[in-house]
Amino acid sequence: MKFFGKIAPDLLAMLGKKTDTVLYPQVKTPVSDRFRGALKFNKERCVGCKLCTRVCPAQAITIEKVADKEFKAIVHMDKCIFCGQCVESCNKDALENTNNFELACSDKSSLDWEI
Amino acid sequence: MSKIMVPLGPQHPALEEPESFNLLLEGERVAASQVCIGYNHRGMEKAAESRTYLQNVYLLERICGICSHSHSTCYVQTVEDLAGVEVPQRALYIRALIGELERIHSHMLWLGIAGHEIGFMTLFMYAWKDREIVMDILEMLTGNRINYGMNTLGGVRRDVTPEMADKIREAVGQLQERTEYYSRVILGEETVYLRLSGVGKLSKADALRFDTTGPVLRASGVGRDVRRDDPNGIYPNLDFQVITDDHEDVYGRTVVRVKELLESYKIIRQILDQLPDGPLTVKVPNRIPAGECISRYEAPRGEDIHYTRSNGTDKPDRVKVRAPTLANSAAIAHMLDGGYLADVPIVIAAIDPCFSCTDRMVRVTDANSGQAQSMDWESLRRYSAQWYRKQGMDFSRIPLR
Repeated sequence: MKFFGKIAPDLLAMLGKKTDTVLYPQVKTPVSDRFRGALKFNKERCVGCKLCTRVCPAQAITIEKVADKEFKAIVHMDKCIFCGQCVESCNKDALENTNNFELACSDKSSLDWEI
Repeated sequence: MSKIMVPLGPQHPALEEPESFNLLLEGERVAASQVCIGYNHRGMEKAAESRTYLQNVYLLERICGICSHSHSTCYVQTVEDLAGVEVPQRALYIRALIGELERIHSHMLWLGIAGHEIGFMTLFMYAWKDREIVMDILEMLTGNRINYGMNTLGGVRRDVTPEMADKIREAVGQLQERTEYYSRVILGEETVYLRLSGVGKLSKADALRFDTTGPVLRASGVGRDVRRDDPNGIYPNLDFQVITDDHEDVYGRTVVRVKELLESYKIIRQILDQLPDGPLTVKVPNRIPAGECISRYEAPRGEDIHYTRSNGTDKPDRVKVRAPTLANSAAIAHMLDGGYLADVPIVIAAIDPCFSCTDRMVRVTDANSGQAQSMDWESLRRYSAQWYRKQGMDFSRIPLR
């Protein structure tokens, strides 16, 4: 019983300490400013060069022409690997990573976004 | 005593990933063992051939969730070498910084798993709690906790601001304090020593014979480290020691990893002090000139090797990855032999295995009929040679037996 009571200082230090975990759906820990979440598309800035489509490693984004000088993006958020290369490659800043990470859903097809 | 065969895996509570071990037991001792991998093949090398060099950075980063930066750095080094570009110094420093932070996070994770496998749950809880410090730092720097996406061809994508450098210094101070505590626990506690010493013995000669790498090799007394022996990037400018240990068992591997953590803190402080000003990236052309290149990188688990062959287009001809676990897995069977059944999980965990990085399996499916067929080695070689010949590559020098 040489080491009996060895844990006592640690135990006392832990008493009255706040827990490290949070109750997730109610309490959310903030994400980093550099976090790459769900994509946002600013259609007024897009010129339809389709560079984002070409650089995407997961073929998760397509740009379609809806009218003259007007484009829409079809983003497959289920395929997206959140690397942010499309955002970096876009010369007109038409794409943006938001800090939305809560994309879980029960229907996979609802992750095909037309934005 | 009669012998019985016990299969361990592919799905087993003691294993983190699907792999299978056949253990021939004689009482409680393992008389012979067999390692079977190939349950988690993802076809990444083949997928890399149909993607551009830039897309492959993100694909190959996902080979491993824990040493993702090692794989992407190793790959971009080959492409930068083929393209003949010189990466800015600041980018190289930031790459090394993320690499060392990743080593801390990987070793901390391993320390927790080792604690879990030997029934030392307090160590598991402590190590994983402290790992959150480095995970937060990685998230702050790169945006993600894993799969950082920090590397790009010709540099890095994000900068380290002076405020971030201060936060890293503070976090490293905290981590150092905690690691010194672990090192006292591991070097001073008798129970840890008695549980781990003599388990998974791998002598120096055997470690070299089985071509092991990383902490497994260094724990057998061989000081081999790519960061010192074949340095890339900025490692020649840094002062650090290659940790070795002569215990030649799981205890030695634990000691090596804990001491390597302390070396990583030293390296990070030097990187932050020396961090030069300058650009982050240099332009790399889309089309890479024809050639071939091999690159080595000291991942947390050992030496990682990437081979890239280019043909002048924007897509590589061939990308070959040798993940460190592939080198270490050959020695598992030898380490298990003669040991107790109860030691099997910790011996496997002690190489810090990452089997999904390692798995190589080929399944040929007919695109028209959708039928899969099994092939023997010889016909598979013939098939692959024919496939590459159609792509315009000459394999006439390689004999097809």
